[in-house]
Amino acid sequence: MDFTTQLLIAAISAGTPLLLATLGGILNERAGIIQLGADGLMLMGAVTTCIVYLRTGNLWLALLATVAVTAVFGLLHSFLCVTLRANQTMSGLAMTLFGSGLSAYLGKPVSGIPLPGTSPKLHLPWLEPIPVLGPIFGRMDYLTWLSLLLVLVLHLLIHRTSWGLHLRAVGDNPATADVMGIRVQLIRYSYVIAGAALIGLAGADMVLAYAPTWNEGLTAGRGWIAVGLVIFARWNPLRALFCACFFGALDSLGFRIQLLGSTVPPYFLKMIPYIVTILVLMYLGYRNRNKPSGTPEALGVPYIREQRF
Amino acid sequence: MSLENRSNAAVSRPAPPGKSVWRMSYRLEYDSSRARSPWWTPILSVVLALVLCAIFIAANGMSPITVYERMFRGAFGTAYGFTETMVKAIPLLLCGLGIAVAYRISVWNIGAEGQLTVGAMAATAVTIYCPGLSSFWSILLMLLLGIAAGALWGLMTAVPRTHFGVNELITSLMLNYVALLALDYVVFGPWKDPKGFNFPGSPMFTAAQSLPVLGSTRLHIGLVFGLVAVLIYFLMIRFTRWGYELKLMGANPAAARYAGIHIKRHIIIVMLISGGLAGVAGMAEVSGVTHKLMQGISPGYGYTAIIVAWLAKLNPLGLILTSVLFGGLIVGGYSVQTIGLPSSISEMLQGSILFFLIAGEMIHRFRIRRSV
Repeated sequence: MDFTTQLLIAAISAGTPLLLATLGGILNERAGIIQLGADGLMLMGAVTTCIVYLRTGNLWLALLATVAVTAVFGLLHSFLCVTLRANQTMSGLAMTLFGSGLSAYLGKPVSGIPLPGTSPKLHLPWLEPIPVLGPIFGRMDYLTWLSLLLVLVLHLLIHRTSWGLHLRAVGDNPATADVMGIRVQLIRYSYVIAGAALIGLAGADMVLAYAPTWNEGLTAGRGWIAVGLVIFARWNPLRALFCACFFGALDSLGFRIQLLGSTVPPYFLKMIPYIVTILVLMYLGYRNRNKPSGTPEALGVPYIREQRF
Repeated sequence: MSLENRSNAAVSRPAPPGKSVWRMSYRLEYDSSRARSPWWTPILSVVLALVLCAIFIAANGMSPITVYERMFRGAFGTAYGFTETMVKAIPLLLCGLGIAVAYRISVWNIGAEGQLTVGAMAATAVTIYCPGLSSFWSILLMLLLGIAAGALWGLMTAVPRTHFGVNELITSLMLNYVALLALDYVVFGPWKDPKGFNFPGSPMFTAAQSLPVLGSTRLHIGLVFGLVAVLIYFLMIRFTRWGYELKLMGANPAAARYAGIHIKRHIIIVMLISGGLAGVAGMAEVSGVTHKLMQGISPGYGYTAIIVAWLAKLNPLGLILTSVLFGGLIVGGYSVQTIGLPSSISEMLQGSILFFLIAGEMIHRFRIRRSV
């Protein structure tokens, strides 16, 4: 395999958690709720997967538990932001801090113990002989396939169905949606919970495909990169796919360059994804300075029916 | 609360006349005019967070009361524990003050961790490149460079926000990771102590490069920096035009813009102050506590300071109280390690305090009404 193919494979495997988390973020923010707890949710997802997988040895049970636990966190976030109309920024921050603390606390006994297996791969023997596609798609994780499928499903859901129309209406103008008989609170609750569960799966994928053991603070801020990717992807699942692959490539590029024997200290190579995130967002801000950014218009604004205007 | 205060709240409609009033129902009413939460919400949220974490401790097979008692005794029970608490409270106070300044105008700086780290690095640079200075000059230079480095890191968050419309939360967090990686680079690479047995870290500071301490304790003069900064901030908010504009922007950003307040300039100034204060904290930490630059110079002070600031309701005087409380929480977290609990329990407590706090800020706006 040549360097480019290897990089592509690494980009997809490093990009999958980012993609899942970005899709989760898109669902949240399309419904008008800011989700800054992504990093904490990913950590909780990762630690739940580790604990349940090590205890029961059943991967699917572990993934189910991950979805359940992070959905509870999503419920908490939506209760705070939708029902209580609390500050969404602070609620997300609290979720990040609490998630990293709780995951470290719960994960202490399983820290450093390797998992019984990594993410199961789907073998497609008929694809293998094709030069570039074969090595990439021939042996991909189930979770990666799931994330690719989700890109398509969510794209169709958001842009082609009446459910998606309702979702966009709630995110852009909840008062109008309310008048039209759409249940704003119900929609916000369900998408925030679904989004949180997706972000939790991102954490699970991270621990399964990336580092098959639990370590404290395992995500190294990738949840925050996903928060940036939601903006980079302009709240669009199809764009999210490309953005996540791009960042996955950046993430693994540093490691690949190191393997080639470069003399640049590894610390600088590890900085690349963080610095590029800032630069990309600055470029987007500059390019779109006179254009609508695609932000859901009611993002971060709690909806109060009694104050309709 | 009088009726005219609730003018824009939902006013309950009287039951239509002539209808039977036997059916009763309860409903939640939201009153947005009750913007100030009562003084006891922070206390209540701390208590509720303790109860929540007690469940997790009990699930781990320990008695929560024993654990909390040990945490409290470790943090405040002995003279040594108390001075340690104060030592931890210094960076929390400085970072928390910087965060409070920024949050007052809704600039969500979560980069205090990185700003603290670069402040510590800048202070260490003085000890590496100008080793022979006298005590006064080296401390002064370390302080100034620490402020400058922290402020520069804050500026790197502010300019993308003001000129490119980039969310400062993302920028400041990304810069935290950049700062920590830069710290790794210098302690493993160019600044590594040649006599340090290959252990990552800079050479020990000399006595001239260390902050004076109180007696035989580890409590250093950084406490005075923190208190002076609180006092200056308090006076500036009270008596200057800048403080007035800051308050106006916090209370009503739209009104502030129409009043011609230069919001971009304020964001930049506020981030310079915020970063500079975190830089002082970093300088005080290397020069007053660890006496050398090393990995893990901050056990998450920058993040804890966010909760410290929010718990104090961004009030500078309240900050003194909450930073001591959270300093105690960190020290208490260390002291339960001896009975086999991970110290991340204090992190967990911090997160849940924030949860209950933001919920508590809103919950008093609701009231249960009986509609007949």
